Amino acid sequence: MQDAKPATVEMVNPRQWIENYADYLYRYALTRINDEEQARDLVQETFLAGLEKTATFEGKSSEKTWLTAILKNKIIDLYRKKSSGLSAKTEALTEETFQQDFFDAEDGHWKQEHRPKEFIALQEEPLQQKEFNNILQGCMKKLPELWYAIFSMKHIDEEPTEVICTTLKVTPSNFWVIIHRTKLSLRACLQKHWI
Amino acid sequence: MNPITKIAYNCQKATFLIEKKQLSPLTAREKMELKIHLAGCSVCRMFQQQSIFINKMFSGKLFGNRYEHIKLDEDFKSALQQKIEQKLEEH
Repeated sequence: MQDAKPATVEMVNPRQWIENYADYLYRYALTRINDEEQARDLVQETFLAGLEKTATFEGKSSEKTWLTAILKNKIIDLYRKKSSGLSAKTEALTEETFQQDFFDAEDGHWKQEHRPKEFIALQEEPLQQKEFNNILQGCMKKLPELWYAIFSMKHIDEEPTEVICTTLKVTPSNFWVIIHRTKLSLRACLQKHWI
Repeated sequence: MNPITKIAYNCQKATFLIEKKQLSPLTAREKMELKIHLAGCSVCRMFQQQSIFINKMFSGKLFGNRYEHIKLDEDFKSALQQKIEQKLEEH
């Protein structure tokens, strides 16, 4: 029989948090936010919120999982905050608006200047990969916040489309327009800088 | 223009389907449309190849997490450690 123990000191050990989880949580946040300063702040907020909530920690998951869940909620809140007010703007993001950017409005063909050209092949070479990732990161920073949030929720966390649409208040059709548009922009940016 | 001819000439629609295909299943019709388009369009075939590559790089499926070796600044960590100690003593 298991005792219903209240949260005790041995279950959570905040003095060890930084050493055990700070780097992990920082990478977790950075992967999803793409901004060093904001990622750092999120880690701090996570630990401070964790301290307030130690009494609610029931030991059902590991300390790491529990802290990660707090961080994840904070990231979603930040996504929401960043994308609120933008949803109205994305209404205008119809398929037609991008035809004019990347494709010929008449026939839907690639415009000459936007046609994909071959990338330089990426080798199993750490330095080259690092360089590529830096460029990718730079290109990501140019995306509107909402697009980054959607792209990240889909590709990193593999969230179901309905969940993303509800969380960020985008319609399914805008979701697909943004996914498409994000890739066109990213690819174009990489082609420009990865040489 | 009949629908088949239309997709065969529409790179905008084809790249949309390329993106959709990587995240959710296409309908039978969409699959056929994309196949027909890609058979005749080398530019979109290259787009598809690069798009898959970008997704893999972004999600870390190709060469591991992009931030694998990144660490939180040591000064920031020690300041935060102090903050935590302080909070613990308050209680």
